[in-house]
Amino acid sequence: MLAYNFNWDVIWRQWPTIVEALLLGIGLAVASLVIGCIIGILCAFGRVSRHKWLDWTIWSYVEFIRNTPLLLLIFFVYFGLPQMGIRAFDKIESFILTLSLYAGAYMCEVFRAGLASIPNQYVEAAKAIGLRPWQRQLYVVLPVMFRITLPSISNTLISLFKDTSLAAAIAVPELTFTARQINANTFRVMEAWLSASALYLATSYAIAWVLRLVERRYSVIR
Amino acid sequence: MAERTFWTELWNAKWALLDGIAITTELSAYVVVASTILGLLGGLVLVYGWRPAALLVRLYVDVMRGIPVLVLILFWYYGLALFKINIPAFWAGVIALAGFATAHMSEIVRGAIQSVPAGQSEAAKAIGLRFWQRLRYVILPQATRRVLPPWVNTAVEMVKATTLLSIIGVVELLLATQQTIARNYMVIQFYLAATLLYFILNFAISRLGALLERRFAYMRY
Repeated sequence: MLAYNFNWDVIWRQWPTIVEALLLGIGLAVASLVIGCIIGILCAFGRVSRHKWLDWTIWSYVEFIRNTPLLLLIFFVYFGLPQMGIRAFDKIESFILTLSLYAGAYMCEVFRAGLASIPNQYVEAAKAIGLRPWQRQLYVVLPVMFRITLPSISNTLISLFKDTSLAAAIAVPELTFTARQINANTFRVMEAWLSASALYLATSYAIAWVLRLVERRYSVIR
Repeated sequence: MAERTFWTELWNAKWALLDGIAITTELSAYVVVASTILGLLGGLVLVYGWRPAALLVRLYVDVMRGIPVLVLILFWYYGLALFKINIPAFWAGVIALAGFATAHMSEIVRGAIQSVPAGQSEAAKAIGLRFWQRLRYVILPQATRRVLPPWVNTAVEMVKATTLLSIIGVVELLLATQQTIARNYMVIQFYLAATLLYFILNFAISRLGALLERRFAYMRY
């Protein structure tokens, strides 16, 4: 009863599409991470600033995003913005926008913790040698913060890469969407999902491995 | 014909949305309870288990953590049908999500147990407690405090992940919302309403977690 004959031909026939889909997923994740990091840095600086209202606004943004399902946000941006008259985005751009906002909220927390863990003496030393406030941030605070937060950034990248699978819901042709199409067109259920799972798994670990090398190069010894 | 405003539409859709909330809550409850129990077992095996068993759990955890939840859900959903195992999408979803969450919970429990200082376990051995007694009276109470924050995070993640089951046709809150929107085209209003409902649900869990954390905060070392 549980007999199943594997037929991997369908996978090999679709291989170029699958690779393209995988690369698209990685691209989506990296683009969102970069934009998310920018949002995150700005928000983290906003939260440690003296303005109460800024702190409060960013806090609500972060809490809102963190307590809302990503899929709902994706649908909201994809279907909601056009109704508000904003038709500038195609589905890939709209997905990147959503995932960036999502990543931004998480990165904000990461960077805030990073800022908080920078030893005070660094800033004082920078003051002592006469750096201006923006020079202090640019040459002392930011580089140190990046090194401290590097492990969290790599974790975020991996989880963002896994989250790109949700783009299938708005028909972005990434890996999950492609696997689902193979599944629907050929009924090769096992082959489609086994290869998708294996590719996600391999890519996640490859990303983790590469980032571990980067971390070893740049991490701070504390 | 009466004017169609958001509020009248919301009133018309109230049962659909309430059912959606009920299904979402039910799904989350099953997933969180099952993954907590299994995760506790998994974590214990990872730390104290027989080597091959621990390796097996480790493999399971690492595989699960590298695959997107959506892929797991679709795999289970289509895979079970393939083998003529006819279970509703609801249960296929619970199995997939619980399987995923178990991996995370195991890792959380393992981390918490290992973060209890070795001296505690040694002291418990020194006063002659058996393995289960050490676990029950010394290790687990202290580990609970460490487990709580990530456990709450995972619970919130799972509530959020139940939305993915809308893709395989479980009419939880998101799909109920989408069906409502398909009827009245009030995209923004109803997605915002759903967002608010999820926010309330998750924020309540976070607050509850914070409350529990304070409750267990007396156990410091």
